[in-house]
Amino acid sequence: MPEHLIDIVNPVEPFLRTDRMPHIWCPGCGIGTTVNSFARALVDSKIDLGSLALVSGIGCTGRVAGYVKLDSFHTTHGRAIPFATGLKLANPKLNVVVYSGDGDLSAIGGNHLIHAARRNIDLKVICVNNLIYAMTGGQTAPTTPDHSTTSTNPYGTFEPSFNLPHLVEAAGAVYVARWTTFHVRQLSRSIGEAFKKKGFSFIEVISPCPTLYQRRNKLGDGLDTMKYYKEKSKVRNGAPTNEVGLTMTGEIIVGKFVDRDRPDYQTMMRGQFEQSLGEKYIEQDQPETVCS
Amino acid sequence: MKADPRGVLTGIHFLDGDHACCEGALAAGARFAAGYPITPSTEIVERFASRVPKVGGTFIQMEDELAASITLQGAVWGGAKAFTVTSGPGFSLMMEHIGYAAMTETPCVFVDVQRGGPSTGLPTLPAQADMMQARWGSHGDYEIIALCPNSPQECFDLTIKAFNLAEEFRVPVMFMMDEVVGHMTEKVVIPPADQIDVVPRKHTRKSVEDYLPYGTNGDQVPEMAHAGEGYNFHVTGLTHDEHGYPNMTPPVQDKLVRRLQNKIRDAADRIALFEEEQLAGADVVVVSYGITSRVAQRAIEVARDQGLRVGKLRLITAWPFPEKKIRELANKVKAFVVPELNLGQMVREVERSAAGKARTFAVSHAGGGVHKPEDILKVIVEASKCQSI
Repeated sequence: MPEHLIDIVNPVEPFLRTDRMPHIWCPGCGIGTTVNSFARALVDSKIDLGSLALVSGIGCTGRVAGYVKLDSFHTTHGRAIPFATGLKLANPKLNVVVYSGDGDLSAIGGNHLIHAARRNIDLKVICVNNLIYAMTGGQTAPTTPDHSTTSTNPYGTFEPSFNLPHLVEAAGAVYVARWTTFHVRQLSRSIGEAFKKKGFSFIEVISPCPTLYQRRNKLGDGLDTMKYYKEKSKVRNGAPTNEVGLTMTGEIIVGKFVDRDRPDYQTMMRGQFEQSLGEKYIEQDQPETVCS
Repeated sequence: MKADPRGVLTGIHFLDGDHACCEGALAAGARFAAGYPITPSTEIVERFASRVPKVGGTFIQMEDELAASITLQGAVWGGAKAFTVTSGPGFSLMMEHIGYAAMTETPCVFVDVQRGGPSTGLPTLPAQADMMQARWGSHGDYEIIALCPNSPQECFDLTIKAFNLAEEFRVPVMFMMDEVVGHMTEKVVIPPADQIDVVPRKHTRKSVEDYLPYGTNGDQVPEMAHAGEGYNFHVTGLTHDEHGYPNMTPPVQDKLVRRLQNKIRDAADRIALFEEEQLAGADVVVVSYGITSRVAQRAIEVARDQGLRVGKLRLITAWPFPEKKIRELANKVKAFVVPELNLGQMVREVERSAAGKARTFAVSHAGGGVHKPEDILKVIVEASKCQSI
């Protein structure tokens, strides 16, 4: 390699645990692409990395926590959001990102998803939706579109799937957006916007799983999926979320659907205690920074 | 380190065990609780919810016990001392996160005010039937510590102890109350804050470059850092190396799981607390814990009045089980009598530890009430008649 190229550092490299590479994700998988967009959002938003913590659940996307050079927590299946809730409440100065998959967040963790949105806990949730349980070998997820073939629905799924933006908007999220892994810049911008919001923000990223979803449904490889995203995605900012449900090969409505303001959990809690207890209310001790 | 006076309600009080447990948690420095309502434990977090905004902390009522038992661990990694409170059905739901706390070495306290089971069982009535679940309920090999108070005063004192042990060993500590101890009201003396010893978090003083999140310095308990301090550490429930990075190879698994086990087992003698009475020269030793120890006391006294030589061993630490103590006694006594509000749980440990050197008699009770002293007495009398092995 020419000498002058050796010193070039990828701009996202400082955010990654390069000592843990190569990663476990398959060729054509979109999760790495989302991490790239996330890292670029960190560069652009100039967020204080020391105050940033990332929490994942279990699954392919759950492995993101292990690859980012941040305080990172790989928790139990479905429980990234309640773990992140405790982290945020104990140290409100932290910026807490939940980075996990569709099965983890909306099936086993679905109850926590809606309650955290209802409480408006100040969390930034990035949900990589590959429409399938990938880590365990391609089982049906709550997000798997109708009539898809999966390992647990070998003759085709017939349950209706979740429309996640609609779900979290109804539950109370203040910021809801959806992009695909084709929309790397828009995704990065959305993540940056979510950091500026105080409250429960949810960004869904439609992402290919060529190994288990696309292949089994004869939808081609990773490149074919990118072409599909490019051709069939339609940006509709502010689209009513009840109109953004997904199908196997149909249009994908992307964009920023919800951007609204309401007090977050800790603001409401403080307000309530100040009103009820007056001077007797002692605000939580702020943990000191110990690092030398 | 001494207790933060803001959390200490110094004075002489008339409290039930649930409320005393809450005061113990506050005195120990707990400033975060996550809970889900369940009888007969709810009073603990109700009191915490009322008290904690006035001492600088947070209570959050979560959507279920799965959430409560992991939210508290998030709070611990954010820098708080934290606990949750539950009873049988909720304790069952928390099992996965007890394993997570053991694996990630998250210091925290789980309070289980035991009621009759299985399933919904007897929501308002006592049992001691979660003792094995406390030890073995989560999957895989791991060790925990479990304490058993037998009075509201001990609910206060031992809750502090539970937090201190959690911090010292970076382990989840099970605080095994029962419905009667939780709801009985007695005198509770809360000392001044400067007389309460509190173990602080084992926080690292190393620089970012030198810090190994799961490295140890000979005592088997790694130093901890909190999120937001610049250490950029990784925590995972996967098998991990000293960096905290996943490493799913048999040698790393062996090293990690043995350390998690040995950090408790090697300190078992120090962790084991018990109350003993007239063990020297005893023919029969009654081994009991929690509310049953108070019923057994009556049976022991009546037996002594009848001329029987009966010793008492009350377990304050249930896990790690004080097997050394039982082993020593087994060489000297004819029999152990083990009354408990279950159909035979800790009695198995007594029998195992006695290793055939002394007989073991269970006095079982399915729960819903406490033993009659005469039922225990009957077995003490029977045991006294048996031949030495």
